[in-house]
Formats: sequence, C-alpha cells, structure tokens
Amino acid sequence: MTKKELILELKGEAKELRKEIITMIYNAQSGHPGGSLSAIDMLVGLYYYKLRIDPKNPLWEDRDRFVLSKGHCSPSIYVVLADKGYFPKLELEGYRKIDRMLQGHPELSTPGIDFAGGALGQGLSFALGIALACRLDKRNCNVYAMIGDGESQEGAVWEASMAAAFHKLDNLIVILDKNQVQQTGKTKEIMDIGNVILKWKAFGWNVIDINGHDMPQIVKALDKASKIKNKKPTIIISNTIKGKGVSFMELNHKFHGKAPNDEEYKKAMEEIEKIDIRKFK
Amino acid sequence: MEIQKAATRDGYGKALLELGKINPNVVALDADLSDSTRSEYFAKQFPDRFFSMGIAEQNMIGAAAGFAFSGKIPYASTFAVFSERAYEFVRNVVSRNKLNVKIAGSHAGIATGEDGKSAQAIEDIAAYRALPNMTVLQPCDSVEAEKVVFKLADYKGPSYMRMHRNPVPVIHSFDYKFEIGKGEVLKEGKDVVIFATGTLVHESLKAVKILESENIKVYVVNIHTIKPLDTSLVIDLAKKTNCVVTAEDHNVIGGLGSAVAEVLSESYPCIMKRIGLQDRYAESGKPEELYKKYGLDAESIAEEVMKIVNKKR
Repeated sequence: MTKKELILELKGEAKELRKEIITMIYNAQSGHPGGSLSAIDMLVGLYYYKLRIDPKNPLWEDRDRFVLSKGHCSPSIYVVLADKGYFPKLELEGYRKIDRMLQGHPELSTPGIDFAGGALGQGLSFALGIALACRLDKRNCNVYAMIGDGESQEGAVWEASMAAAFHKLDNLIVILDKNQVQQTGKTKEIMDIGNVILKWKAFGWNVIDINGHDMPQIVKALDKASKIKNKKPTIIISNTIKGKGVSFMELNHKFHGKAPNDEEYKKAMEEIEKIDIRKFK
Repeated sequence: MEIQKAATRDGYGKALLELGKINPNVVALDADLSDSTRSEYFAKQFPDRFFSMGIAEQNMIGAAAGFAFSGKIPYASTFAVFSERAYEFVRNVVSRNKLNVKIAGSHAGIATGEDGKSAQAIEDIAAYRALPNMTVLQPCDSVEAEKVVFKLADYKGPSYMRMHRNPVPVIHSFDYKFEIGKGEVLKEGKDVVIFATGTLVHESLKAVKILESENIKVYVVNIHTIKPLDTSLVIDLAKKTNCVVTAEDHNVIGGLGSAVAEVLSESYPCIMKRIGLQDRYAESGKPEELYKKYGLDAESIAEEVMKIVNKKR
C-alpha cells in the first residue's frame, strides 16, 4: 500500500466511525459527541496505523498502551475497539444501558481499555506509572495518553507532566486534543490554558504541533513521536475542532454532553455521509 | 526487663526493605517524606525501584495505580493526612478498579503532636472506609506493622495502612500470626469489652490496670483491620459483655467506633461508648498532653469504662 492509499484508507475509517459515534450516542440518548468527534481522527491514526496491539490478546504485556484520559469521549474509543474486534459490534447498542458492558465512561473490565477515565486530570498519572513499569521491565513499547484542553485546567496534569520529564520517560507520548471548547463554553473564556507549546516545552517535553484532523500530519507526528528517544517525553498538540464533521456541533459547547434528537441525528448523518475524505482536514 | 519500643512506621520501613529483597515486583513511591515514612530504607537499597514523586500526592497515587495495572506491587507512602489530598484519585483510579495499590499513611492521629492540626489526620479511616473494595488496616506496634507489610504483598486489592510517628511498646513477638480481618483478643474479661485500634491499644491495656483495681474485668481487643471488620468477634464479645467501648485516635465519626456501632445496631444493640476525638480538631502539644486533654489516655479510658459499666449495672 502506498502512503497515499494508506491515508485515504485511514480517512475512510474515520468517516465511518464518525457515523457510529453519532449513532451510539443517539441510541443511548446520552453521551458526549463533541469531544468524541474531535478525537476520532487521532484515534484512527493510533489504532489503525501506529499502535502495536493484538485485539485477540488485549493484555499482551509488550503492547503499546493507550490511556484515554478524557474518558467522556468513550464513544470514540468504543467504536474503534469494536471495529478492531476487541468485542462484538453489537455491544455498541448497549452503550450507557443497564446490564450492558459499555459504561458511560470506560472501565478496565472492557477488553482493550487501558484506563478507566471519567474523572479528568487522572489519566496522565496512570500513564506515567505504566511507562515507569514498562521501562523497569525493559519492555519495548510506548505508552500513549490523550488529554483534553479543558482537562489541562486540572493541576494534576501538571504534576504528572513535571514527573514524566523528571523521570526522563521517552516511552511516554501525550496527545493534547485541543478542541477549544469545554462543557460551558470556549476554553479561552472558562479558563484560558495559555500557550501550551511554551508551557510543555518549559516542563521539559518535546512538542509537536499539528492539525489533528489532517491525517498526513497525524501519521507523521505519530511516527516522529514514537521514534524520538532523547530522554524526554513527547506531546503532540493536536489542534482540533470540537464536534468536527457535523456543522451544528462544531465549536458548540451545547453538544459537549448532549445527544442529538431525531432531526439532529438525521442531519448529522447526512453531513458525515457527504464528507469528501480527499478534502477533509 | 525494659519494654522495647518502636513506632509502627519503623516496622513499615524495615519490612518494606526486607520485602524488596525477596520480591522484585515490589516498588515504592513517596512524596518527599521518605525519611519520615521510613520508605528511605527501601529507597537506599533499591534506587531503581523507588520513585520520588515530589510533593504531589495525586500524581503519586495515579502513578502507583499505573504500576499496579502493570503487575507491580506498589507501596505509596506519605503522611496520612496528605494521602487524603489524593482522595478522589484513590476513589476513581484505585478502588473503583480494585487495583493492587498499598497506600501507607504515616503520622496519623493527634499523637503526631507538636506539628498541630494540619498534620493530625483524624478522618482518614472514615474516608478510606467509605470506599468500596478498600481494606483499612492499623497496626498497633512495629512487629504488627511488619506483618501487615508482608501480608499485603500477597493480598490483591486496594489497601490503606495507617501508621504512627511515635514509638510505642512492642507487644507482639515475631511468631505472632497476623491475619487480615481477624481481631486479636489481647486480654480476656467479663464485664466490658474495649475494641481498640492503633495507639489506643496501648492506652487501653494501661487502663485495664486501673480498672482491675476497681474489680472491673475488661476484654481488650486489638482491631488492626477496621475494614473488613471482624464482625463475628464483635458480636460475640458484645453478647458476652452487653457493654462495648471503642477506642481510637480518630474522630468518633466514621472510624472504628462507627464501624462497631453499625454492626451492633443491626445485629446486637447494647450499651456502647465511642472514645475518640469528639468531632473536633486538636492542637499542638506533646502527644501525652494531647491524649490527656482530648480524653484518649489510659485514665480517660478507665473513667469512661467505669461510667458505662455502672450504667449497665
């Protein structure tokens, strides 16, 4: 497969998974579409291109780990894991429903889940512990963690950031899904997190700044991040748009944690269907 | 013969070091208090398996959970009161996931003394006890602390071990068989039972001497495991005495007193007195002065026991 074909395939996956995200949230009439749509392109880059994983052996000790710290974006990881065969696609219908596997926020009991999120600001510390353990065991794997920009208001994110640099963890790669919007408004207006490039550099990290919806950039950044071994952890600042792909959800905080109604669902699905993957970024 | 004294934190440090020698999966984390918690013994011997987390308790607990998820056996220590800083991490990352993290909180209770209110954890047992999946332990002497550390290495699941700053008499010998969840009857009695935990085990034993002179026969039970509580022992001794006292260096709300009251109110209601902090913070001072002022010393315990025994009669 040529690089061009690969990119097109990944973009096609992302388009299909956007529909599944919207459908599962619509079915549940509950969930967080905005952040799931901003994160999905990066998740496709990770799970369909970068991560060294084996869906038949979810707890394989030498696998790359993925910590979804912004756990409310569970639909984005659930559709990926189902598609990868970690569990039957039928489970997606049970999302957020009683007696079913897929909880509102991920639990470790779900195959393929490496972190039980839901409380912001905790995943990076967990990933740090895994990365230290992997290094101690001399495992040839990387630990990836995705955090949000709203989440970066949590002080513990910076505790973990400082500790990862101090412990020289070059097997830890963080992705900041900088989608600009949080529950009650624009991140800049709720609590501006400022210049994250300078902040993470000052904390001792390698920083890669990309458009997080542009698949060639995603692939390139993941390749670069996974190869840098300079005794420093790496962060990919993934500049994204909350709700990306559905016009009325884009940068709209009302769709942080609200399911689409019948009409909105229909419109969203039509819009995603119309995405021209060759132009999408 | 002079009674040997040591602090529970000394037992923790000693045992952690020994455990490190025989179990390569054991790792230790600390938040800049390794000299106080005694995890420094381990740190010096095993620098590759000791992780300095700085003064950042939330991150320490989150990282400890990551270690546990990766098959390591992490012991994370700091002051009891500062471990509470990470409470919601413990809740959402450790106990919710039943991860095998051993939290060790030192300098618990008002016995911490001179440092004053800020360092005197009097609510930690209540906080940890309220978490599903969490085991809550408080050894009463250094030998028991060592046993706890070793036992926890084989125990899978979240735990909180409460430790103390000051040396107390060593009442256990090395052949002592420690079992999580089993109370230890230190003294047989008849009229009343004192369920004591931690430092107040020693005060209760001292109180016995006063009470014997009043011809009151007292059971003294060391409750090293506050959760899961040894409910059958609690009910059995309540039935035998119809008169129950609890003693702890902790708020009377949510601690051992509450745990015992919860069991007895459902299974065998009887008269009861909870000795502990009466829902207030203490102050700076010498531990023994504080115990006297706040009603935790042997004399205060004896007085309360006499009152409740008279009530029964």
